Amino acid sequence: MSLIPVSDIVSQVSTKVNIHSNQFFGFGGDVGWQAILQLFTVGFFFVIMFYGQRLQMRVMMKDVEGSLLKLKNIKDEGRKNAIDTLKEVGKSTVDIAPRVDRCLDYFTISPQGMDPAGIVDKLDHILDVRDQRIKDDVKIIAPQCEGTQLNNMENTLEAAMALNYIYKIVRHYYIQSKKTMSLYVVMQLQMILPIVMKEAEAYSAALKAFSLGQPIGDSVGPLIASKLMLGQEIRKVHKDCVVASVPFEGRTALIMKAEGPGGNVGKPGDAIETIIEENEGKIAMLIMIDAGLKLEGENVGDVSEGIGSAIGGPGVDAFKIEEKLVKYKIPINAIIIKEDIGDAVSPMRKEIHNAADKAIERVRELVVERTKEGDTVIIFGVGNSIGVGQ
Amino acid sequence: MTQKQTTTANKISTYLILIVLIAMSLSIVALISAVYAYTQNMIPPAGFLAIIGIFGIVMSIVSLHQNSQRSAAMKIEVPKVMTYIECKNCGTKISREFQRGDFVFKELDVCPKCPEHKQMITGVYKEIKEKEKIYEV
Repeated sequence: MSLIPVSDIVSQVSTKVNIHSNQFFGFGGDVGWQAILQLFTVGFFFVIMFYGQRLQMRVMMKDVEGSLLKLKNIKDEGRKNAIDTLKEVGKSTVDIAPRVDRCLDYFTISPQGMDPAGIVDKLDHILDVRDQRIKDDVKIIAPQCEGTQLNNMENTLEAAMALNYIYKIVRHYYIQSKKTMSLYVVMQLQMILPIVMKEAEAYSAALKAFSLGQPIGDSVGPLIASKLMLGQEIRKVHKDCVVASVPFEGRTALIMKAEGPGGNVGKPGDAIETIIEENEGKIAMLIMIDAGLKLEGENVGDVSEGIGSAIGGPGVDAFKIEEKLVKYKIPINAIIIKEDIGDAVSPMRKEIHNAADKAIERVRELVVERTKEGDTVIIFGVGNSIGVGQ
Repeated sequence: MTQKQTTTANKISTYLILIVLIAMSLSIVALISAVYAYTQNMIPPAGFLAIIGIFGIVMSIVSLHQNSQRSAAMKIEVPKVMTYIECKNCGTKISREFQRGDFVFKELDVCPKCPEHKQMITGVYKEIKEKEKIYEV
């Protein structure tokens, strides 16, 4: 602890370096400094009062701009990856970039719902046409692509389309908020950006997985079905699905999944309908296994049980399945493997892979506890079969 | 186990760093000039030069810091995907990096230990080493 007062030290130093307040900047005495300080404080107060919101907006815009730049990089990287893979796999001799760019801008208009009767069939038809259109385009872009590769390339293109769409939407609102100088538009954009960025990163990872044919988190349903049907006789069932009749705990289990190892989700609605009709509705239970979105705080790979048709998408398949179940009064059980959106579309994580055995154990318990020996049960592994054979 | 994707953003940041370095060197020159002006007893110019120099250095450091943070955020971590191969007869398990054409339950060549049996891919997945932040609530 120094015994010399601080003011003395300051005055000593200033004398040694020969600094005087009336010399520095040419201002005279303490009064001048105080006036400047006061002026500055008042000025700052008025600036904040009148331009505070604008300053806040500029900070937000800068934040959104950074994310938009990142989105642009992700989108460009995705486009480049898609073009490179299509070139490599399809062995095209012409420049495919313009055609790919055309595909990236595709849109789908959902059917008119003013009179909802029959809307499921309309939606189903539109989705079929869309799927076929993308497949046809992939064939044109990459003529050597067939079977598994064709499905993988279709998925790759769809992931690139999703990235392009996300980027364009964020850019739209960014420019709109800049044009209108609306704090509320940019505020909403900034609020949802973390989720949007997470989704974009997930699609970026998905694109790479699709182009290489790697299983993704969503493939856990087909993986479980494949484990159950391994070594059994398999037949195809409408549309793009496979089924195997497997003896299971004294029952007959009809194990179903989308046909792999190409990127394909099949049409589980049609497939289950067909199998139920083939068995004249004599099905003791339907068990659907799928990847389910986890809530924050839950662990990746946790297995959960419930009731209802565990299937995502626009709802066409769930509708068809539920119609048949009601007709024949078939009980339905669901088993989901918890994962977040990022895990669902990016290469499969170890935790999800390991959850497959836990889910099989749950299926076994369900079948033993809720059906009788000699019954027939349907077990459907819902999801994208990419990278999962049978 | 992870690969870092290099994006165009990293290239932009290199240019930015260059500009920042130029600004920083000019600021240092301003500071040196300020000292020189002070020794020549030219107090007002020395003061202005000192303020310009200090402001320039502070802004350069802030820009560098912001740029490095942004570049770090733009790197997408992609963990390597591994293929796990197993012989169902002798139980030999091996793993290697994923190759195009690999898929789960694909039959491969015969096992080196038991030539009558083929090896099979039993898993294709990635392993994320870093632990997620757990909120105990």
